[in-house]
Amino acid sequence: MMKFLLLSLILVLSTSAFAAKAKLRWGGDIESGAPFAYTSPDDEDKLIGFEAEIVELLAKDLDMEVQFVQNSWDGLIEGLNRGDYDIVVNGVEITSDRAEVVNFSQPYYYTSETLAVRKTTNDISALEHLKDKKVGTLDASLAQRILSEQKFPIQIVGYDEEMHAYSDLALGRTQAVLLDEPIALYYAKPNTDLKLVGGPIGYMEYGIVTRKNDPAFSEKIRASLQKLIATGKIQEILERWGMWNEMTAKAWGKDTAPLTKPIAYYKFLETAAGKKTWKEKIQKYIDFLPKLLKGAVMTLEISVISMALAMFLGLLTALCRLYGNAPVRWLALTYVEIFRGTPLLIQLYLIFYGLPHVGISLEPMVAAILGLGLNYGACEAENYRAGILSIPRTQMDASAALGMNWYQSLRHIILPQAIRVVIPPVTNDFIALLKDSSLVSVISMVELTTIYGQLASTHFDYLGLGILTAAVYFIIGLPFVKLSRYFERKIMTASPQIVHEAPEKEEAEPVKTAVAAE
Amino acid sequence: MVIRIQDLKKSFHNRAVIDGISIDVTKGDLVAIIGPSGCGKSTLLRCINGLETSDAGSVEVFGTELKSPSEIGQKEFQKRSLTVRQKVGMVFQNFNLFPHLTILENLIKAPMVVSQVSKTDAETKARELLKKVGLADKAHHYPDQISGGQQQRAAIARALAMNPEILLYDEPTSALDPALVQEVLRVMKQLDQEGMTQLVVTHEMRFARDVADRIVFVDHGKIVEMGSPEEIFGNPQDPRTKNFLRHFL
Repeated sequence: MMKFLLLSLILVLSTSAFAAKAKLRWGGDIESGAPFAYTSPDDEDKLIGFEAEIVELLAKDLDMEVQFVQNSWDGLIEGLNRGDYDIVVNGVEITSDRAEVVNFSQPYYYTSETLAVRKTTNDISALEHLKDKKVGTLDASLAQRILSEQKFPIQIVGYDEEMHAYSDLALGRTQAVLLDEPIALYYAKPNTDLKLVGGPIGYMEYGIVTRKNDPAFSEKIRASLQKLIATGKIQEILERWGMWNEMTAKAWGKDTAPLTKPIAYYKFLETAAGKKTWKEKIQKYIDFLPKLLKGAVMTLEISVISMALAMFLGLLTALCRLYGNAPVRWLALTYVEIFRGTPLLIQLYLIFYGLPHVGISLEPMVAAILGLGLNYGACEAENYRAGILSIPRTQMDASAALGMNWYQSLRHIILPQAIRVVIPPVTNDFIALLKDSSLVSVISMVELTTIYGQLASTHFDYLGLGILTAAVYFIIGLPFVKLSRYFERKIMTASPQIVHEAPEKEEAEPVKTAVAAE
Repeated sequence: MVIRIQDLKKSFHNRAVIDGISIDVTKGDLVAIIGPSGCGKSTLLRCINGLETSDAGSVEVFGTELKSPSEIGQKEFQKRSLTVRQKVGMVFQNFNLFPHLTILENLIKAPMVVSQVSKTDAETKARELLKKVGLADKAHHYPDQISGGQQQRAAIARALAMNPEILLYDEPTSALDPALVQEVLRVMKQLDQEGMTQLVVTHEMRFARDVADRIVFVDHGKIVEMGSPEEIFGNPQDPRTKNFLRHFL
């Protein structure tokens, strides 16, 4: 076995060495936006940002081809260790905790945290002024750690989108925001209601992340980066993005004065500030549609397959619970209770990132369908069970008395009636699943909500894009609602007890029997 | 002899519902089982086609012997029940028609599913039966669109569609308006004339007296008296029988 593995490893390595261009699979979350890595506002298929440029340089140096893999930021390291991609370059701070599970290159950027307040605020310019204040920051960031480590009480408000942290500050919902310097530079500085105050707080280094189990590759990345730093190519990128700072200059023994104009930064500001006419806006939305539709197709695909799985599992489980022997009933009940009683998000994490630890590594699509299917299967099981229980036992008596066995009774008499009862709740669940499918973005699936996040962080249009995306969800759910209405109506005509059609007037009538007539 | 019930016993929660009942039914008989409510009449009927299990004793139908599952095993009990039900049809107090199917579909479902009869053949037969019970024009109605009496006649036709040799009736007219009772009894009377073997749990004493070949009076899970209508109605021996009949006649 070992020999075989070794042999295949050599094969893989040699083929990749001789292949025309090996892939440099780069994991990142383009929802994190400028200046890190994000879709170009001019070309929805192109990635820009200082990290996108660094990766491009690395690939060129290594004679490889960049292949971007989208994943949510929180799952980047787990995805790397699953083997979904080979490097992570996405504002990941080098910490000792992370260094235990992955390899870090030398830093490609040194930075700190920066305080932002409203223009009108004059009493906050340092950490110690934040006592009893409401301070916004990003969840699970260094800034949040710094804030929570202070001796005095601070009301920390965690966000997952930097834009929202600053817009809430501008609206007066918080009194200050502490975030990474590049973020402050891109999202707070251009905001005319806000200002950056005080000096750098804390200290952090961004590093390129690679897997621990491939030290040779880690070393290759490290050497390549070293070359790019030494030749000043990284500095050039940082300067163009307006990010060249004292800390990085000092670390690399360079001059703090930039050599190049921050063209990319200006371009970003232009886009961000760009006031658009209604006509331009509408044109923009029309341009978004193909991308949103692509996301919608993925959302639909995941939802329909998951629901099919859920309905099958649900029926099976309901039958096990109702008619199985004790162990089968117990098993079915356990399944229902566990999957109904725990959050879908945790289940997705466990299936996608947890199972690889016991040797089961699933494709994102498979994991997404399995997660949603198992979760909703537990709900459907209860729907079906309720539906079957709502059919009087006497129906089973009647079919049994006619000689039908258990299966025939179920198939021809009980289930056809039960299904009528469960159509409305099952439709309801399908719509819920359609919306819940947005959760699979955490396991690197790019669906409608992911696309929304990516577009919004590029174009800063949370209102317009939000309405547009909501509308797309609504529209793709509509045919299913209509379909279920159609079935319900069809069934109603076939089951007059729901129509409340008055039965014929009850009156005794002489039996016109064939024999009696003779 | 088509049915032989021997020393049948059945308890619910330690209360004996059937306490040693033995009845023989010969072909073509109409046996009326009468007695106070809750005396075990319905349970007795349901033990004959295996809808209910007995605790002891046996029911033999056309040579197939149903005993308690603890004696012959659950699987064997189910198997024999299915065999018995091929020959024994049942009509329920609340009709138990299938509400999602039309009357015609109610009639053809079991023949098609159980006996593998083709749809055309099943429909031909079903229409004949509907004509026979006077419902030819209701074939495409749903159960809830017709009256109780019509529903019960449809239920009888549904049972007949499986070509049974015996029909069991569990209080077939108890859920009907008094005005609708006769149309159902008339069908049963006609079937009796055609030679069908019928066991009827009923409170229709007039019907029992006029049509039944034999009356079985059951109380507290035991047969109190059994005999011809003349014997039971004309000259009841047991004081309990006398007392019971006083309420009805």
